[in-house]
Amino acid sequence: MNSPFQEFWQGFKANRGAFIALLVFAALVLAAVFAPWLAPYDPIQQHRAHLLAPPVWMDGGSWQFVFGTDELGRDLLSRLLHGGRASLGLGLAAVVLSLVPGVLLGLLAAFYARSLGPVVMRVMDILLALPSLLLAICVITVLGPGLVNTVLAIAIGALPGFVRLTRAAALTELPKEYVTASRVAGAGTLRLMLVTVLPNCMAPLIVNASLGFSSAILAAAGLGFLGLGVQAPLPEWGTMLSSARDYIQRASWVVTLPGLTILTAVLSINLMGDGLRDALDPKLKRVH
Amino acid sequence: MALLQIDNLRVRFGAFPAVDGVDLHVNAGEVLGIVGESGSGKSVSMMGLMGLIGAPGVVTADRCEFLGHELLKLSERERRRVVGRDVAMVFQDALTALNPSYTVGFQIEEVLKLHLGLKGRAARERAVALLEQVEIPDAARRLQAYPHELSGGMNQRVMIAMAIACGPKLLIADEPTTALDVTIQAQIVDLLLRLQREQGMALIMITHDLALVAGLAQRVAVMYAGQVVETGPVPALFDAPQHPYTQALLAALPEHNQGARRLQALPGIVPGAHDRPAGCLLSPRCPKVQPRCHAERPALVQGVRCFFPS
Amino acid sequence: MKALLQKLLMLVPTVLGITIVAFGLIRLVPGDPIEVMMGERRLDPEAHAALVKQLGLDQPLPVQYLDYLGKLLQGDLGRSMVSKAPVSEEFAALFPATIELAFMALFLAVVMGLLLGMAAALKRGTLLDQGVMGLATVGYSMPVFWWGLLLIMTFSVNLGWTPVSGRVAIEYEVQRVTGFMLIDAAMHPEPGAWWSAVRHLLLPGIVLGTASMAVVARMTRSSMLEVLREDYIRTARAKGLPMTRIVGVHALRNALIPVLTVIGLQMGGLLAGAVLTETIFSWPGIGKWMIDAIARRDYPVVQAGILMTALTFIAVNLLVDLLNGIVNPRLRAGGH
Repeated sequence: MNSPFQEFWQGFKANRGAFIALLVFAALVLAAVFAPWLAPYDPIQQHRAHLLAPPVWMDGGSWQFVFGTDELGRDLLSRLLHGGRASLGLGLAAVVLSLVPGVLLGLLAAFYARSLGPVVMRVMDILLALPSLLLAICVITVLGPGLVNTVLAIAIGALPGFVRLTRAAALTELPKEYVTASRVAGAGTLRLMLVTVLPNCMAPLIVNASLGFSSAILAAAGLGFLGLGVQAPLPEWGTMLSSARDYIQRASWVVTLPGLTILTAVLSINLMGDGLRDALDPKLKRVH
Repeated sequence: MALLQIDNLRVRFGAFPAVDGVDLHVNAGEVLGIVGESGSGKSVSMMGLMGLIGAPGVVTADRCEFLGHELLKLSERERRRVVGRDVAMVFQDALTALNPSYTVGFQIEEVLKLHLGLKGRAARERAVALLEQVEIPDAARRLQAYPHELSGGMNQRVMIAMAIACGPKLLIADEPTTALDVTIQAQIVDLLLRLQREQGMALIMITHDLALVAGLAQRVAVMYAGQVVETGPVPALFDAPQHPYTQALLAALPEHNQGARRLQALPGIVPGAHDRPAGCLLSPRCPKVQPRCHAERPALVQGVRCFFPS
Repeated sequence: MKALLQKLLMLVPTVLGITIVAFGLIRLVPGDPIEVMMGERRLDPEAHAALVKQLGLDQPLPVQYLDYLGKLLQGDLGRSMVSKAPVSEEFAALFPATIELAFMALFLAVVMGLLLGMAAALKRGTLLDQGVMGLATVGYSMPVFWWGLLLIMTFSVNLGWTPVSGRVAIEYEVQRVTGFMLIDAAMHPEPGAWWSAVRHLLLPGIVLGTASMAVVARMTRSSMLEVLREDYIRTARAKGLPMTRIVGVHALRNALIPVLTVIGLQMGGLLAGAVLTETIFSWPGIGKWMIDAIARRDYPVVQAGILMTALTFIAVNLLVDLLNGIVNPRLRAGGH
């Protein structure tokens, strides 16, 4: 008899797309973590003699700058590697920062459905009245741009979603008998929330957290692109694209490579999320 | 010539034979009851006949003749002309069997338009007449109702109205009363009988309720694990069942167990996908089993599928 | 009718909440509001005091808020710090461009998404199905701004098929009547004007609509597959109905119900994505206006932009809610 985790892992592995995505994503994470050692150059160092050098596979490219350089002569490979730390780290931080308070608030809203609940949901309604990117822009407007503020902005944008999700899942579980049994056995509210109910809400939460991760990376890139997120010269994949528009004709690699990296990261996370969903919820699996 | 003649009907899902060689026939105007427990293949065989089994199910038969048409050999278009018009089916759960997004009237008139070419007012009038025929009060107004606005019994009547709309020669009712309250059950059964007599339809009643069949049908077929194990006229079959399974079914009725502490039941369970015996399908459980039963599969001989009928 | 009023009533607290957020935006920025708005230029105390009085900043906060609310109800959104023009005027001038873009994107997303999703569901398991779903996954994983740059690179720069920016070719001097270029250009005597407008709208619309198209396609497919398993589909087949009718009439209506909700949710993403898309295509809409305003610290503009976007979003959600009630009879009052 397999443990639940083993069963889950079997199901996940069976989805080839998800599995390959996991490998690709793991590679990206490792590349980002070991960036300082893997990157051939300092990402903000400008090589004035090699502005807009093409990558090695194009005419005029060389192995000196494998992915070429940007308009300020900075090595693209190094910037992409270091940028991974910003983009991926940012995404992760934002998800965690929205997931933890979101789950807690959602549980509170479900458990105190008559007092605290409506208040919390009303506030969430207001936050949800704005599309999350615009909410993030609001926060940036108030706090100013930069790495930390970007994390906060994206986290605030994602918070209402997790609150709603957790609350809905908890409300479904609360009337069930196992909860009543725990209550009768003397479990306090905190224990009820975290130990009894929460584990049974995990499936949709995990799936949405993975989607939230990919949205956070896209949002961070978007803010970077608009000049509101991570500020130059710090490398971040979206920020790298913000001045790229001027170089579409002359130096297409400045446009394609960072975007391709974002796409790869987000796509692999989304495919993993799909695999997670299929492995965790057998009912949904039928439809595919 | 029988209205419907089925020889060796099989419905396979991958390796699993849900229907494993069914032989039966229905004559014009008669009521045939098909009884069996869940998993006996009684519903699946009728759905296979109607062409309602899709991939991955595979339906085959030596003969599957209705009104002179070889049903399984018809083209899709030809089959659609027969199904819904000359043979119709009524299902178990009327609420889910009706489309929740359209009115009851729309769904009835659809059949009229498709098979009889009725449109507009003519269709509407006929629909009202049909609803009245199935004893729905305030029929004209009910046409505009949605299925979720009607009770279970009313929805079932609507389904029956839809089925008889084009005057079919054969009506197949798949456990039409199982999902209903007991009081409504009797009404629906009476309705079906009345319609059957008035329209001169043949009726196949699929059910697990022996008492129902005893009161309703002229002939009955008992199914087990995808096969017909015994068939014969009512009440003769119930008075003197010959197949051990039929005997067990009757023995398990509360009426035959008065004063006993437990209902008599056969030990074991119906074979599923992976434990089908090579010999007679009942052999693992049969109280009268002999060595030959484990080795060969009996054929349906004079209405009984057993090497050693009583 | 009654349901509509009830829904509107429920929205009032949310709308008020948004006005509070918009109002609070300027005041939350650290530092003295006037210096924030003036771009931190040092003002002499007299001018400072005068401005404080003029902007009513010496009043207690609740009074300021009520004042703001009052002005809102009169349609006064303040004045731009940069252009000194009334914000409401600038907004009215630019909003139709964003709406047009969002609608083009929505139109493409819905039409293509529904078609592709249904095709995938009906041909489940085939190469078409897997291909469509694969493309859909890529579609919503794509960063919108990069997708735009890629398409510009391919179609505008390399192939020259589509224009790079603007709403219509300059040679057609299209009169502004409604603000919607597709309408205004249609009124131009030369048919080339309208085609120019369409060509200018096409690429931005595709870019903005791609992610939504992918989500709609996926949702349509799974919804359709679920519906096709329902009992009433079996009944329809037992009635002898042809497959086209079963899918087009019986299945579609029910399959669309959850898709409609998803489409409504997409509006938010479209409004957000519009900000990015307008920046790339230099599309003169409110998205670009707001981003420029943030860079220039033109807070009244940002404030108004946020407020109006949120209100639009709420209005669209209300519309979707109402549509849901119409399409799904089970949601209508008077069920048994």
